[in-house]
Amino acid sequence: MTVLVVIEHDRGTISPASLEALAAARSIDSDVHALTLGAAADGAVATLAAHGAAVVHQVHDDVLADFGPEAWGEAVAQAARALQPQGVLTCGTDRGNEVMAQAAARLDLPMVANCISFAPGDMSSITRVRWGGSLLEQCSLDASTKLVTVSPHAFEATEAAAAGAVSVLSLSLDPSLARTVVAERVERAAGVTLATAPLVVGGGRGVGSAEAFAPLEELAAALGGVVGCSRAVTNNGWRNHTDQVGQTGTRIAPDLYMACGISGAIQHWVGAMASKKILAINTDPEANMVTKADYAVIGDLHKVVPAITAEIRRRRGS
Amino acid sequence: MRVLVCVKRVPAPGARISITADGQAVDTAYLAFTTSPHEECAVEEAVQLVERHGGESTVLTLGPAEADEQLRYAASIGVNKAVLLPIDTADWDPQRTAAAITAAIRDLEAADGPFDLVLFGNESADAGNFQIGVRVAYALGRPVVNGIKGIEVEGDALRARRESDAGVEVYRVPLPAVLGVKEGINLPRYPTLKGRLASKKVEVVQIPPHAEPGGQQMVTLLQAAEQVSQTAILGNGPDAASAVVDLLEELGLLK
Ligand SMILES: Cc1cc2nc3c(=O)[nH]c(=O)nc-3n(C[C@H](O)[C@H](O)[C@H](O)COP(=O)(O)OP(=O)(O)OC[C@H]3O[C@@H](n4cnc5c(N)ncnc54)[C@H](O)[C@@H]3O)c2cc1C
Ligand SMILES: Nc1ncnc2c1ncn2[C@@H]1O[C@H](COP(=O)(O)O)[C@@H](O)[C@H]1O
Repeated sequence: MTVLVVIEHDRGTISPASLEALAAARSIDSDVHALTLGAAADGAVATLAAHGAAVVHQVHDDVLADFGPEAWGEAVAQAARALQPQGVLTCGTDRGNEVMAQAAARLDLPMVANCISFAPGDMSSITRVRWGGSLLEQCSLDASTKLVTVSPHAFEATEAAAAGAVSVLSLSLDPSLARTVVAERVERAAGVTLATAPLVVGGGRGVGSAEAFAPLEELAAALGGVVGCSRAVTNNGWRNHTDQVGQTGTRIAPDLYMACGISGAIQHWVGAMASKKILAINTDPEANMVTKADYAVIGDLHKVVPAITAEIRRRRGS
Repeated sequence: MRVLVCVKRVPAPGARISITADGQAVDTAYLAFTTSPHEECAVEEAVQLVERHGGESTVLTLGPAEADEQLRYAASIGVNKAVLLPIDTADWDPQRTAAAITAAIRDLEAADGPFDLVLFGNESADAGNFQIGVRVAYALGRPVVNGIKGIEVEGDALRARRESDAGVEVYRVPLPAVLGVKEGINLPRYPTLKGRLASKKVEVVQIPPHAEPGGQQMVTLLQAAEQVSQTAILGNGPDAASAVVDLLEELGLLK
C-alpha cells in the first residue's frame, strides 16, 4: 500500500533529508509517492523519480508560494484524505516535524517523530529517538493513516529509479492560512558556520571566562575553523547560544572536533558525535569526553591550546 | 499582556542515560530533575514580555506531584501564577497531553479571560514529540509557529524570528497566538533569594486532567548503539603540542 512522502523544500530547493525520507519509505513498501507543495517545487520530479517516487503529486496554490506551517500542514492533511495512503512520511527536521504535527492535529491522528527504523511492510511498530538521539524508544502506532517523521541521517539517500508520473492535486486552501507564512527573510552571510566547519575548537566550563576564549579563537583561526562551546558556557553568558554544540544547540560534523575543558555530558556528546575524529583536552583523564574521544591530551587547556598554536606557527615558519 | 507558558519536568542525566530493568523509564534513582532548556527560555521570555508590556504570566505543567519543583522555579524568576495537572505516571502520550492542556487552558480562560500568548518549548527534552504546542494551538484555533528565537510585540500582532539553513525567517503572527521557542532566544536569569522565598508562597492551582489515551504508545526504551573507541593519549600538558600538530598534518587539516 502506498507510502506518501512530503518533500521538504525551500522555494524549490529540495532538502537532502527529503531524499532520506524517500529511502525510508522504500524500506516500508515499494509503492512510494511524493507530494510537493507549491509550484516552485515542480522542477523536482526527475530527482524524486530517481529516488523511487512512482507518482509525484503536485499542489499549486498561492498560499504555498513560501513556507508556512499551517498552510503546509493543511495541504498535507487534505492530500492524506484524498489519497488514503497507509502512511505519510516526511523528514524529522524543524520544518518537517512542524508540518507533520499540523497535519496530525488537523486529521486528529497520532504522529510519531524522528523514527529510525520500521518493521518491513508494517508501520505499526516503530523505533524512534528520544533525548535528541541519546536514547531509543520502541513504540506502537495505532492509526488509520500513519503519520511519521524520519530522523535525519537514519537512512541513506540512495537512488532507485521509478516512473515519477506527475499528478496535479487540487485542494481547497483557505487564504487565511497565510497568517503564518514567512513574511520576511534575512539571508545568512556566506562563510563557514558551526554546522559546516571542517574544524571546531570547543570550549567548556574549564575555559573559565569569556576572555579566556581568545586562545581558542586563535587556534581555530589558524586552522580555518570556528569556535563552539558547551551549555555551561552559554549559561554563564561567556558566549552566544549560536556557538552551543549539543541537543539544544547545533549538531556539528567536522573532520576534527577539539573539545577543551568539556566533560562530555550526553546532551553535549549527541551534538558532537558525528565529528569524524574527536580530540579531548582535559585535566581529568576520567572525563567522559576523554574516554569517548579518539585522541586526548591530559592537561590544562590554558597551557596546551597556546602551545598547539605556537607549534603550528613554528612549522609554518611564521 | 496575559502569557501562559507550558513546561515539562524532565530528569537531568550526566554522562549516560540509564534505563530501569523493565525498560519502561529512565532510571532516575541518582538524578536531579529540571525543566527542558527550551522551556526555561520560554519562561524567561514570558517574564520579560510582562515586564515590558504589563499584564501577568502563568506557568502550567502536566506531571507528577513533584513537578511542583519546576513550577516554583518558574515562580522564583518572576512568573505570577502556577497550574499543575497532576498525573500518576511520569508522562502521557502526546495526543492525551495536548488534549489535557487544551482543556485546562479553556478552564483558565473561562475563569480569568483569554491568554494573548501561549508559549511552548520547541520540543520536550526527553520525549521530543515535536507536536504538543501545535496540537493545542490547532484545538484553540490560534496561529502557531515553532523554533522561535526572537519575539517583538507590534500592536495586535507579533514579529517572530526563527533561524533556517538559509538565514532568518520572520513571521508576523496575529494575536492571540501560540509560539514554540528555542534556547538562545534569551539568557534565563538565575533566581534571587527574594524570588525563591516569594515562590514558596505562590498558590499552585490543581486541575485534575481527563483525556483519552492516543494512538502512539511506548513499548520499551532501548540504549542507542554506543560508539566505543580506544582513546589514544597524545601526551600530557603543553609538551603534547608536537603530537597534536602531527595529528593535524595526518588529518590534512594543516594547510
Ligand atoms: C535537556 C538538556 C539539554 C542539554 N543540552 C545541552 C547542549 O545542547 N549542549 C551542552 O553542551 N550541554 C547541554 N546540556 C547540559 C549538559 O548536561 C552539561 O551540563 C554541560 O554540557 C556541561 O558543560 P561542560 O562540559 O562545559 O561543564 P562541566 O561538566 O562542568 O565540565 C568541565 C570540564 O572541564 C574540565 N576542566 C576544568 N578545568 C580545566 C582546565 N584548566 N583544563 C582542561 N580541562 C579543564 C573538567 O575536568 C571537566 O571535565 C543539556 C542538559 C539538559 C538537561
Ligand atoms: N507534560 C507536559 N506539561 C506541560 N507542557 C508540556 C508537557 N509535555 C510537553 N509540553 C510542552 O510541549 C512542548 C513540546 O513537547 P513535545 O511535543 O513532547 O516535544 C514542550 O517543549 C513543552 O513546552
